Amino acid sequence: MIDVKQLSKSFGDHLVLDKIDQHIYPGEKVVVIGPSGSGKSTFLRCLNLLETPTGGSITFDGVELTDPKVDIDAVRRQMGMVFQHFNLFPNMTIRKNITLAPVRTKLMSQAEADDTATALLKRVGLEEKADAYPNQLSGGQKQRIAIVRALAMRPKVMLFDEPTSALDPEMVGEVLDVMKELAEEGMTMVVVTHEMGFAREVGTRVLFMDGGHILEENEPKEFFAHPREQRTIDFLSKVL
Amino acid sequence: MDPTALYESFKALENPNVWQDTYIKFYNAWFYEDRWITYFQGLGTTIQVTIMALILGVVLGVLVAVIRTAHDQQRPGKRNPLLGLINAVCKIYVTVIRGTPMMVQLMIMGFVVFASSRNKTLVGALSLGINSGAYVAEIIRGGLMSLDPGQMEAGRSLGLNYLDTMRFIVVPQAFKAILPSLGNEFIVLLKDTSLISVVGGKEIVYFAQAIITKTYEPMYPYIITAIMYLIMVLIFSWLQGKLERRLRQSDRR
Repeated sequence: MIDVKQLSKSFGDHLVLDKIDQHIYPGEKVVVIGPSGSGKSTFLRCLNLLETPTGGSITFDGVELTDPKVDIDAVRRQMGMVFQHFNLFPNMTIRKNITLAPVRTKLMSQAEADDTATALLKRVGLEEKADAYPNQLSGGQKQRIAIVRALAMRPKVMLFDEPTSALDPEMVGEVLDVMKELAEEGMTMVVVTHEMGFAREVGTRVLFMDGGHILEENEPKEFFAHPREQRTIDFLSKVL
Repeated sequence: MDPTALYESFKALENPNVWQDTYIKFYNAWFYEDRWITYFQGLGTTIQVTIMALILGVVLGVLVAVIRTAHDQQRPGKRNPLLGLINAVCKIYVTVIRGTPMMVQLMIMGFVVFASSRNKTLVGALSLGINSGAYVAEIIRGGLMSLDPGQMEAGRSLGLNYLDTMRFIVVPQAFKAILPSLGNEFIVLLKDTSLISVVGGKEIVYFAQAIITKTYEPMYPYIITAIMYLIMVLIFSWLQGKLERRLRQSDRR
């Protein structure tokens, strides 16, 4: 589904990603972990070209994203993204936050989009917040809305960039629950996170990144039980 | 009592006291030969010039700000050379306008560029608009840049194009953020219209000075001018406050 070949990214002289090869298959839940500065967020952001790679290629459903002629907006419509800091639009109501993109990109009529918004909000238990503004919500509520907003575009894959890192501890659960549900429905997901419990429980594959490389990858049970690399062992001993 | 009759009676006095003298001077500056009408003529021009300069300033400002921001937000490796050239022109414009005094710009426009023009009021409005545009551009650009880049990223990641993201997400939020500084700039512009009298623009100061040349008494015409400006600024500040309160709707918690 997403094919990454020799992906490199540097900011000035600083090499953040060093020739990464990776393939993400439909239905996979890939969890990316690693110390801060290891390039995991940059890797994720390259997948929908929020960061422009300095080398290599990314192919999504046969479309080569790094080709300058590609309609990147059309590709992004099929890839939902959830940010660490939610990035809801504070100048709009929740309903408008959700319906803006589907309506503007002509994916749905306003009426269809409103119905979709209501249905999705009901799913995450926030239907009564449709006419509230983002500033009136808690962090956990905001992040659940952000997930719903991305889902309203009916994406084929969802990218999560540390979705629970900016939340109070007691709100982490409600967001992870929504993500688990989504995983159970078969959504393809790439999740950058520090939640090892989530990686173990929901992930189908864990990538460990450090220094711009994917040092180790394995299915979660094996990964956490028998890490191979010394760097992975060190990291896991600190976070578990 | 009729103001004119009162004036006549004070004028007839051989040694008027301080208050009577004050009244005579004020009468000369305001009522005499219906001079007050000329202040309002000047006021009309001032408002006209302000509106013209405002429109020109906002159009220029938005244009320059959009070009500068679009240029800075280009993806590396996909730079448009034409945009680079226009961006350079915009930069020079902002640098020159902000780096030279308003008064000097006005004199260059009035006595050099449009030396043969008869309509100095229009020349004044043009100079003010060009001047204001540079400041408005920087205010808008600051507003666009101060917004969390995550807002742009969120819009783009949903598949909205650059223009839609700007229109629905970035600009409305930036507008709210820059409203106080924009209001401030408009107040400066309104007051700067008084400068166009140096090139012969016929606004309030021009008529006040015309009255002074007849009465040789500068105090009251200038105080009247000051009060008129103050009232205009107060009205404008009040309107601005109302607009800001309305835009704050989404901030309620």
